[in-house]
Amino acid sequence: MPFIPHTGPEVQQMLATIGVSDIDALFDEIPETLRVRSLERIPEGMNEQQVMQLMQERARQDGRPINFIGAGAYEHHIPSAVWSIITRGEFYSAYTPYQAEASQGTLQSIYEFQSMITALTGMEVANASMYDGATAVAESCLMAVRANRRSQSSRILLSRSVHPHYRAVVQAMTSNQSLKLEEQAIVRERGTTDAAALASLAGQDLTALVIQQPNFFGLLEDVDALCDWAHAQGAVVIAVVNPTSLALLKPPGQWGARGADIVVGDGQPLGCPLSSGGPYFGFMATRQEYVRQMPGRIVGRTVDLDGRPGFTLTLQAREQHIRRGKATSNICTNQGLLMMAGTIYMAMMGAVGLERVAAACMARTAELVAALTRLPGVRLGFNGARFHEAVLQFDRPVAPLLDALAAAGIEGGLDLAPWYPELGPALLVCATEMRSSADIATYAAALGKALATVRAA
Amino acid sequence: MSNVPADLHYARSHEWLRELPDGSVEIGISDHAQHALGDLVFVEAPAVGRKLKAGEACAVVESVKAASDVYSPVGGEVLAINDALVKAPELINQDPYGAGWIWRLRPDGAIAAAGLLDANTYSAVAEAG
Amino acid sequence: MSLDLCEALIYDYGCPGRGAHSQWPAAEAAPPAIPAALKRKQRAALPEVSELDALRHYTRLSQLNFSIDTHFYPLGSCTMKYNPRACNAAAMLPEFLGRHPLASARHSQGFLSCMYELQEMLQEVTGMQGVALTPMAGAHGEFAGVAMIRAYHRARGDLKRNEIIVPAAAHGTNPATATMCGCVAREVAVGADGDVDIQALRAAVGPQTAGIMLTNPSTLGVFERRIEEVAQIVHDAGGLLYYDGANLNAILGKVRPGDMGFDVIHMNLHKTFSTPHGGGGPGAGAVGVGPRLLPLLPQPIVTRTVEEGQPHYRWLDAHDLPLSIGRLAGFMGNAGVLLRAYVYMRMLGRAGMSRVGEFATLNSNYLHKRLQQAGFTAAYPQRRASHEFILTLKPQLQELGVSAMDVAKRLLDFGFHAPTTYFPQLVPECLLIEPTETESKETLDAFVAAMSEVLREAASTPEVLRTAPHRMPVRRLDDVRAARELDLAHRPAVLG
Repeated sequence: MPFIPHTGPEVQQMLATIGVSDIDALFDEIPETLRVRSLERIPEGMNEQQVMQLMQERARQDGRPINFIGAGAYEHHIPSAVWSIITRGEFYSAYTPYQAEASQGTLQSIYEFQSMITALTGMEVANASMYDGATAVAESCLMAVRANRRSQSSRILLSRSVHPHYRAVVQAMTSNQSLKLEEQAIVRERGTTDAAALASLAGQDLTALVIQQPNFFGLLEDVDALCDWAHAQGAVVIAVVNPTSLALLKPPGQWGARGADIVVGDGQPLGCPLSSGGPYFGFMATRQEYVRQMPGRIVGRTVDLDGRPGFTLTLQAREQHIRRGKATSNICTNQGLLMMAGTIYMAMMGAVGLERVAAACMARTAELVAALTRLPGVRLGFNGARFHEAVLQFDRPVAPLLDALAAAGIEGGLDLAPWYPELGPALLVCATEMRSSADIATYAAALGKALATVRAA
Repeated sequence: MSNVPADLHYARSHEWLRELPDGSVEIGISDHAQHALGDLVFVEAPAVGRKLKAGEACAVVESVKAASDVYSPVGGEVLAINDALVKAPELINQDPYGAGWIWRLRPDGAIAAAGLLDANTYSAVAEAG
Repeated sequence: MSLDLCEALIYDYGCPGRGAHSQWPAAEAAPPAIPAALKRKQRAALPEVSELDALRHYTRLSQLNFSIDTHFYPLGSCTMKYNPRACNAAAMLPEFLGRHPLASARHSQGFLSCMYELQEMLQEVTGMQGVALTPMAGAHGEFAGVAMIRAYHRARGDLKRNEIIVPAAAHGTNPATATMCGCVAREVAVGADGDVDIQALRAAVGPQTAGIMLTNPSTLGVFERRIEEVAQIVHDAGGLLYYDGANLNAILGKVRPGDMGFDVIHMNLHKTFSTPHGGGGPGAGAVGVGPRLLPLLPQPIVTRTVEEGQPHYRWLDAHDLPLSIGRLAGFMGNAGVLLRAYVYMRMLGRAGMSRVGEFATLNSNYLHKRLQQAGFTAAYPQRRASHEFILTLKPQLQELGVSAMDVAKRLLDFGFHAPTTYFPQLVPECLLIEPTETESKETLDAFVAAMSEVLREAASTPEVLRTAPHRMPVRRLDDVRAARELDLAHRPAVLG
């Protein structure tokens, strides 16, 4: 029996102790009419060797294309030690650290994670992680409503340059509450938030402004001006950031005169493989004054009975298991293991290593853009300063080109048509430090060929 | 047996109210309540100037094991809050009816008409749990 | 475990100029083109440590943890069963790790076929008609479920239904979820036998009832015997039934929530389907629905078509699912966790699935009996234990001044993780114990021996319990100080 250690005689002894004749008798409180008769659609079981063969076969079907898609999930080098440590059973198979004395490893790691996230974002406090970047944005909007006592409107402004999936998640997760989400226009020529359109809202009761830096197109927003403008309206500023970029970009805690109020993002670039979209982890940092409005678990350093330092979950009174219907959120599980990956990744890269990664990504993307825009019918979408992604404009639909590239073993980027039809044929591309000049040359050659083919057709 | 001073008014939700000579009132939570909550770690008082309705949740007291709303026993405008609680929430544990007061209010109407409990009645309520 | 396991902070191993250099890419020749106003001025204060020091530090930290792989972990309501390593190995195949979530269909057929089959198997084992895999934890699945209930009533123009009924013993997430979904939680009492009070339920339902959230077996560790009557009452009132899958392990392969009358369910794949808890996540909270809620499932969902005799898998998104409650994850949720659950289910197969429920129940009832024989007080001695059961230490508190917390802490010294304490809140001084099916009789017997010893100590040397643990890396921690004098981040000297 898979994973069940009992022998026949042991089962008999246990049944005798309980005082029943067979295991089925233990289900005698369940109405007979409800018992399962059969589970026809579940296949027969497999042993480990069989299941590994099956999974290797499935994996082979997916292949290993050269990837140029970013759009919120980035392929980075991950030190071998990261996953070797976090798949140790002591981390991998532990529960949430409710028994602090038996969980100091996890608790201290969380404390170190909080320390590193506050350092990276320039904020005062951080939590132990959220599900992912998108849900962290949604939670930050709910938090802003609690934190901004001056605002009565629950109006949240989200720039159209924020990741479209993030905006969709915010919509889905806040639609049953009284939040009013308002999409803010972008300047068509520049791809960044339209400050003039925002200015028309001056003087109104606004709860929060959500700014993504770099934005979905990889472009750098004028965060100082946006942050100051929002604060002048009494709005809370929510910064959505890529953690790798923070090695080079001004941390949100220093945006404008006062800094952002809540900082969130997806921690995936810090040691999490692409893995089809998860598990990743979200992070959230804020000002000390808002710490009680922040959802999720938080670890604090304290002392034990002997006065020795130790770590424990703290501020739990905000959480669902105590506050129930009045909790700051229903979140309980976070993404503990991925947060561990992020912690070890940050420890190994340090500020200098992270800077190198960020600079290498920028250089590879610049090289990619230069190579692809040399092809006829391909030009750079937006000219402004950017981080490690770029929008390319085409003179014909992008989808058939991506099909041709995929056939050549290349994932060529994200077709923006479904989300930004106003841009015309546009492709979002990304090259991280993982892409070599040879990869880029392969891409350019394949795209050239695909363009020639569709033109000839 | 918890301490229930005879000269105060009480609400069933465990707040106390003291009438001050200038017609304003002082509000806090009872000895019974602080004992049930345990060591307090944080107190959030209503903003000065805020207009409260009777029975409105306007403050939060937080211990390691619970965070509880505190309700205003009567309606009125908040005149002052106890700033000492920011640094020392334990004052509520140490001296719930004195140094642990939470806010002062200018009441909208007569206290006698507010339907509050006297010390004896409240003692019975608290004991019944 | 030694008393000397106190480990310094990672920052303490660093010094300026040190680093895990072989992990860094080469420096670029030209500085990155970033406008001066947007540049970082001062490097972030991250550790500066060698690769070996980092490896050693986190390995040592791992050794301060209890885990399933090292200790019996009978944490009630958490289903801490063996996490088979094959599940991890399969999910970590390089093609799966390297697959971008937005990759083309061409490079996705293997992964998507696993997800499609996972949806199908979860439907079959729960008796539901549709499954969405994206919620990333139990609470996230709860949110999806209640949001669907809300959307269902709203789509019918039934706008007044905003009450979610929860039994008094429910998980704290249930009322918190109701609030997040713009509903109000209304508690109904639980009878002395542990079942929902039917009269109280009848009195609670009405035209304002959106639904009821139930865990079955309940958080009290007993099967809700009148579940069909409960379903009838709620449905007759126009409400829907939500199944909190926290305790699905108890009945896996024995009874199906769909057959009990539930309209929507979330499954904790990290409990029932043995994906790792990871020290607090990642979880996976897939949701299943009956016919009424089918069009409302969160997107994306995997669908299968046959093209030229070949199966083809693709995502259904907002265009295909116009009534969906929307998108709940940046991409498609915790894909790697879902792969692990898929592998686990394939290994169990049809027969293995029902053995889970059977042996989880056998182990629980055995431990329930043995601990009562050892002198502990069961909260529901007349009931069958499900996959878990509750002891109350109320007599020990009254007679010996020893609390459930003291017993829990002392158990750590004996090398057993503590059961869940003080939940459900309905039972005073409770321990909620869930052994799971993967533990052997010897382990259960050793646990009984340790519990008996603790009980003896409670009478002879209660102080030992009150100051426990004694053999762990730290002793009891000052939670009050942690919350009053918040120290949530280390602030090293800022780097130049």
